[in-house]
Amino acid sequence: MIALKEKITSLVPAAAFDEAAIPTVTVAASEYKQLAQQLRNDADLQFNYLLCMTGMDFGDSLGVVILLESTTHLHQIYVKTVTADRENPYIPSVSDIWDTARINEREVFDFFGIRFTGHPDMRRLFLRNDWVGYPLRKDYDAGEALNPVPTENEDIRDTTLTYEALPDGAIAARERTVFESEEYVVNVGPQHPATHGVLHFRVSLEGETVKKVDVNCGYIHRGIEKLCEKLTYPQTLGYTDRLDYLGSHQNRHALCMCIEEALGLEIPDRVKYIRTIMDELQRLSSHLLFWSCLCMDLGALTAFFYGFRDREKVLNMMEETTGGRLIQNYNVIGGVSADIHPNLVSRIKEFLTYLPPMLKEYRDVFTGNVIAQQRMKGIGVLDTATAISYGVTGPSGRASGWACDTRKRKPYAAYDKVEFKEAVRTEGDSFARYLVRIDEIEQSLHILEQLVDNIPEGDYAVKTKPVIKLPEGCFFKSVEASRGEFGVYIESRGDKNPYRMKFRSPCLPLVDVVDMLSRDGKIADLIAIGGTLDYVVPDIDR
Amino acid sequence: MFDFSVVTKWVDDLLNGILSPTWATFIEFVLIGVCILTAYAVIALALIYIERKVCAFFQCRLGPNRVGPFGLLQSVADMFKMLIKEIIDIKHNDKFLFNLAPYVVIAASVLAFGCIPFGKGLHILDFNIGIFFLIAVSSIGVVGILLAGWSSNNKYSLIGAMRSGAQMISYELSIGLSILTIVIFAGSMQLSTIVESQANGWFLFRGHIPALIAFLVYLVAGTAETNRGPFDLPEADSELTAGYHTEYSGMHFGFFYLAEYLNLFIVAAVASTLFLGGWMPLHIPGWDGFNQIMDYIPSPLWFLGKTAVMIFIMMWFKWTFPRLRIDQLLRLEWKYLLPINLINLVLMVIIVVFKIHF
Repeated sequence: MIALKEKITSLVPAAAFDEAAIPTVTVAASEYKQLAQQLRNDADLQFNYLLCMTGMDFGDSLGVVILLESTTHLHQIYVKTVTADRENPYIPSVSDIWDTARINEREVFDFFGIRFTGHPDMRRLFLRNDWVGYPLRKDYDAGEALNPVPTENEDIRDTTLTYEALPDGAIAARERTVFESEEYVVNVGPQHPATHGVLHFRVSLEGETVKKVDVNCGYIHRGIEKLCEKLTYPQTLGYTDRLDYLGSHQNRHALCMCIEEALGLEIPDRVKYIRTIMDELQRLSSHLLFWSCLCMDLGALTAFFYGFRDREKVLNMMEETTGGRLIQNYNVIGGVSADIHPNLVSRIKEFLTYLPPMLKEYRDVFTGNVIAQQRMKGIGVLDTATAISYGVTGPSGRASGWACDTRKRKPYAAYDKVEFKEAVRTEGDSFARYLVRIDEIEQSLHILEQLVDNIPEGDYAVKTKPVIKLPEGCFFKSVEASRGEFGVYIESRGDKNPYRMKFRSPCLPLVDVVDMLSRDGKIADLIAIGGTLDYVVPDIDR
Repeated sequence: MFDFSVVTKWVDDLLNGILSPTWATFIEFVLIGVCILTAYAVIALALIYIERKVCAFFQCRLGPNRVGPFGLLQSVADMFKMLIKEIIDIKHNDKFLFNLAPYVVIAASVLAFGCIPFGKGLHILDFNIGIFFLIAVSSIGVVGILLAGWSSNNKYSLIGAMRSGAQMISYELSIGLSILTIVIFAGSMQLSTIVESQANGWFLFRGHIPALIAFLVYLVAGTAETNRGPFDLPEADSELTAGYHTEYSGMHFGFFYLAEYLNLFIVAAVASTLFLGGWMPLHIPGWDGFNQIMDYIPSPLWFLGKTAVMIFIMMWFKWTFPRLRIDQLLRLEWKYLLPINLINLVLMVIIVVFKIHF
């Protein structure tokens, strides 16, 4: 870490370096871009993965905190930059350094009004174009007078703005068109069977060929991050289940771990085992649903029911213990809300013998099918460097040859005690994404097999104080959710509620790459690509 | 074997006996019209029920089981619902074409339905270019689909209709050529002659390898022709919501729905007529006792039985395979099926000329 500090101070002498578990560098907006470039390109640093970008309102100033990681050196760093101008805040864009910054900066612009100079597309991402104000600012007026309940449809704009910093320090705005008037633009969504939720793609077509895809999110944006700022820590837990509803255990696990780490709570082994088991069950249910939905998207309706038949068994198991099937509310700060059901162990064992023959059936009915293979092989190829640059994690990232499994990179809970293979493939096409998930189902079974007989005795939760206050500072913790790395970033000022809580969504990068992957493909390929990327809309919108 | 022409002859004589020939013919037309439309509706309802049950069993479900015994009245109830539903008048469409399209589709399928020999003597349109007529009228359906997609003024519908046009016109070639193979073998285009000449063994067995190839090609192309899975691109629900009939409601949608099932029936019926002997019982030359027993089974039962087998196979396709992509679909036709068919046709000619068939 000292080497890291020396390196950075030699690069940008004005930067303030704060040592912690994850060091923080604070730079002025004018030096931000230059530092980012060096962090990305320097051979000893190679911060090529932008894990999380958080817009911040520090009270007197606005700013951005980005969490960077190097996939080669595995070190992490926060880069913080602020601008004191609250009226016209400008920060240089880093979207040409990390592709994933493009959509994240749009989100920051949407919520904080920070304009990124050099960003190609400064439209709002989630909120309506006619929204007044920037809701995640601390001085935002949420009154209905400013933003009454809309009675008119939203106008979809075909133009966007690009801000450029001129050499003399002035800012020039330039208008850019998204779709030309003669383009044949078809709406896929917000109500469409293949978007798996209320997501809106505007697709420019030339016959059957997709020319451009513009994603339009925010139809179920609930402002969870804003809501969390008003809630106490235990109250925030409930919202995590509602992000990616197919990864509710995992999401909540991340938040609980983040808070527990900040508090310095020691978690009993029994809790770790139970959480790991639940995470894997959740992954099984999610991947089975993925398989079903992909089959349905590609027109194999019968296969859809096979997946659901088997997922039902997983849901029944979880229901017995947690009481919930989709929204589980099981993890709490310091443990889990109740001990496991006496049947769980025997049920899991039964399931371990039940599923493998079914997986063979999946292979017979779909994986081996020549039509299915033709629909997926070579479609939507994502190479490793692009996957990292876009921050595409999870099974989709691993299909592109990026070993990005958080369970292996930063083991948490009981993952350091079990042995499993990280499913990595190098083709990067839809078929690889599909196979990685099938492999992961097998690995999840393997993990469960090792854990289910060895759950240690002990308490299922530790006692916590009635009012939980986190120490001052910022905390980040991530887990491997069903669709990728799910992270929680908490900025605490020592209160009983967070100053800022940001969820690193694994699905936002996934939906961001759709445009790139489906260009020059057919409409049917767009569906196959969307199906194999397997995004969940509430996780995009948050 | 009972000949149904006895019944039709009796009705004809009766009407001619009491009425002038013009009126008798008119009343016969009406009677046949009523019969054919009733059969059309009943078969469609039965097929909808069967498809639901078949797909339910494929999918580990039970299917309809609440309305009537074993859910038998479910499709009747659905039909009734469809009849009383409002036909929603959408804005900014071509009203005339929009309303015309479902009738074109249904008319094409009723015309084709009329050509099918249901049993010995149970045959409405039978003339020397029967097969040719059948192919011609069944091709009109695509016009209806194109009209529906165009007049809806909906981008999904238009894409669905264009896909449908490309698909049906392409696969018509394969259907035509595989039928032509059998026409060469039978030496006739008249459906009744084709069925009669299968008295000593069905064409599928007698026609050597070319008949088998033609049968397989016909099965694939026929499934494509009915716009059913894995060739259901025109309505591809996960891509185009419902394709060309997205904007239709009430009975206008019902017409498309009925026509789809009846087209399935027609394709299966033509397959059984051309390759499996139609209403002709299974005869094995030399086994006279066996042949006589087979003759006791009424001819419509033979026809419906064979057709049911064909329909089941096509349902099996639909509920097993994923959907093709448009370029793969066209590649399958133009690069594989069509050349195979052309070679097959030459092969059949050789076999017929040198008489090396069974």
